[in-house]
Amino acid sequence: MKSLPAVDVVIIGGGWSGLLMAKELGSRTSLSIVVLERGPSRDSAGYANSMDELDYAIRLRMMQDLSQETVTLRHDSNKRALPLRQHGAFLPGAGVGGSGEHWNAQCPRFLPDCFELLSQTTAKYGAGALPKDHSIQDWGITYDELEPYYTQTERLLGVSGKAGNIKGTKIDGGNIFEGWRSEEYPTPPTKVPYFAALFRDGAKSLGYHPYTAPSATISQSYTNPDGIGRGACTYCGFCGRFGCMVGAKAQPSNLLLPIIQKKKNIALRTGAWVRRILFDSASKPAARGVTYIDDHGEEVFQPAALVVLSSWTFSNTRLLLLSGIGEPYDPVSGRGTVGRNLTHQISIPAATAFFGKPLNRFMGSGSAGFLMSDFDGDVFDHSSLPFLRGGTFSARGYGFQPIASFGVLPRSVKATWGAEWKKAAVSYYDRIATVTFTGEHLAYKNNFMDLDSSYKDKLGDPLLRLTLDWRDNERNMADFATPKAVEIARAMGAEEINPFSGLRQYDATRYQSTHVQGGTIMGNSPTHSVVNPFLQHWQLPNLFILGGSTFPQNASANPTPTILALTYRTADALVNRYLKNPGPLA
Amino acid sequence: MRRRHFLTLSAATLGGVLVYSLDRKASLLASEQKPIRIPLRFFTETEALIVAAAASRIFPSDDSSPGAREAGVSIYIDRQLAGSYGRDRYRYTQPPFEDAPRELGYQAEKTPRQIYREGLKDLKGFHRLYPEHQDFALKQIESSTFFALLRQNTIEGMFCDPMHGGNAGMVGWQLIGFPGPRMSNFDEIDKYYGQSFRPKPASLTEVTHAEIRPSEDER
Repeated sequence: MKSLPAVDVVIIGGGWSGLLMAKELGSRTSLSIVVLERGPSRDSAGYANSMDELDYAIRLRMMQDLSQETVTLRHDSNKRALPLRQHGAFLPGAGVGGSGEHWNAQCPRFLPDCFELLSQTTAKYGAGALPKDHSIQDWGITYDELEPYYTQTERLLGVSGKAGNIKGTKIDGGNIFEGWRSEEYPTPPTKVPYFAALFRDGAKSLGYHPYTAPSATISQSYTNPDGIGRGACTYCGFCGRFGCMVGAKAQPSNLLLPIIQKKKNIALRTGAWVRRILFDSASKPAARGVTYIDDHGEEVFQPAALVVLSSWTFSNTRLLLLSGIGEPYDPVSGRGTVGRNLTHQISIPAATAFFGKPLNRFMGSGSAGFLMSDFDGDVFDHSSLPFLRGGTFSARGYGFQPIASFGVLPRSVKATWGAEWKKAAVSYYDRIATVTFTGEHLAYKNNFMDLDSSYKDKLGDPLLRLTLDWRDNERNMADFATPKAVEIARAMGAEEINPFSGLRQYDATRYQSTHVQGGTIMGNSPTHSVVNPFLQHWQLPNLFILGGSTFPQNASANPTPTILALTYRTADALVNRYLKNPGPLA
Repeated sequence: MRRRHFLTLSAATLGGVLVYSLDRKASLLASEQKPIRIPLRFFTETEALIVAAAASRIFPSDDSSPGAREAGVSIYIDRQLAGSYGRDRYRYTQPPFEDAPRELGYQAEKTPRQIYREGLKDLKGFHRLYPEHQDFALKQIESSTFFALLRQNTIEGMFCDPMHGGNAGMVGWQLIGFPGPRMSNFDEIDKYYGQSFRPKPASLTEVTHAEIRPSEDER
């Protein structure tokens, strides 16, 4: 195998976290940095040409090519896992920018108690209130420690919104349940699509506290602290699953790449498929670098003094397992850490509502809308409820497109094709909207990841195997949320409502969210986590792991701001501490 | 090399003036014109006629509005099956193939091309049946993978950008009031609360003035 000249830093994965780390280290140090991205480069200037629902939202052109690699899934350890042969419940992106190019740019923070979930829940409700098979943990970091980095993230992205809690002062119109923030959002809230306005008024009439959804697709032009300027959103409606044609949406390609490309000390290699992280385990354990298949199909070794693993949740976990780094998690003995605490997120169309008036649903953005957090986290008392934690209700004007949204009908219409169906579907087409509920997913001992024993990727390496199902906590939370959403839809003036029919088995065919977390989780102890609170590997101190794979369990909020805030914090720790004195930071 | 097949369409059978996007060249088909022959990429002519007939029972035309026939759904499906989608270019297709609960998604080996080719064998002579007999025949296969695919592809062919060969003349978009890719709704998004706002549809090529290669034309 060819060995390339050694570099100071190799970064695996050119998405949000990998490119932010490259920008930070490349700007603040003179280290030589190589970013390895297995997908293609992206032409963000050409995103207008991708405003095609069929190729991008249905055929999913920006997503990972599953013919090369997918994951297998089973609902419990007694069953045989089968490959997810086509995209469904989640949509990991491909190429430079990763999922950060095709995201909806919804930009909330996590609630403060999410970071101390185990200790705070136990303190309030007692250990007996936790599900018997839970494996929830504290993150080893507090919201207060992360707050400055959230603020830094919001400035980077130019997030549009209205604060609900500035340094402890509650502000009407913002999210009064959120954690304290040190300053107002960088830009004012986005415009409000009609359906979201109906939700706002309906929720208010019931005494709730709706607020404009924080959005990284910005409401007005903004120049961030790096000097990168962007214009305002035009509400064209081509957001999630698309790149933004005007660049109003914060994307790695418009915020990070322009800086990275100017740095002589950073090289970005596309078509580089990393297979293993090599390491020494002898007297001084350390990562040595990575092997990858380059864009000519040749396997090469890239030595590096520092390795940053920042691909998506699945690849982060799988690369550690394939490389033999750390002990694989075993749910029977409870030993091992790699692969544990796989979580997704409850994301359900809690109430599908049919209105008498047109909604002009083609206009919007992936994050323009209203949310309410009256039943999020632990902001309401759970003493007499059959579940812990909660989530948000939302109404967004995504910008709906016809192939995906045609044919949603009230349950009173039985036909699924033919003249009667067509007539009803045409008549309802622009009068349908969904009150969505997005809830926390607790971690359990038997929801985890390991390597599959029969299915392989294009190179012959084992696929990652997910063992994942809902438990009573999630099912009961969904059952609690559904009538609340129906009540809101009714207050909005809906004529007919389809309530969500309930969470049963984990359904890999229904898109839920691209927020799958865990596998290389952070924490205070090497017996229960893979990385320390600075996202540094417990055993290999020159290996850092970024992304949702480090979340011990999932919150109800979208993860990107938290991923970026943690990345900023790790960059600070690297520059201010590690580089001066390489070694364990915790 | 397969024998070349064509689908022959006449304006009279389609009922009016239509624009078809053929190999991404627009052709105007007026009622006084001679029938046009559309080169098929995957179907035989008989298969295309059956698919056209079945799609128009799923999404029928009626006195007041167009359906699958006017939108050119069969042309759309022919191109999709000839392209990467029909060949399962992006699906994980390594064995073993096993039965699975519905929640794990489609697990079988058959590609969309194979599903159509086999499914169409059960609809021999379908295009020559009376509509009520056609509906009866479709009811028999309603729960099949083939029918689910045909129904989904029919909706796609009704509402896709015309560059894909369906939604001819943007009849699908006009039917539901979808304007296509509009560059800006900035002034309108919060102006039309409760009233319909229906800008004239425009296709992606019309909006961007760019030559765009749809996925079915990729090598």
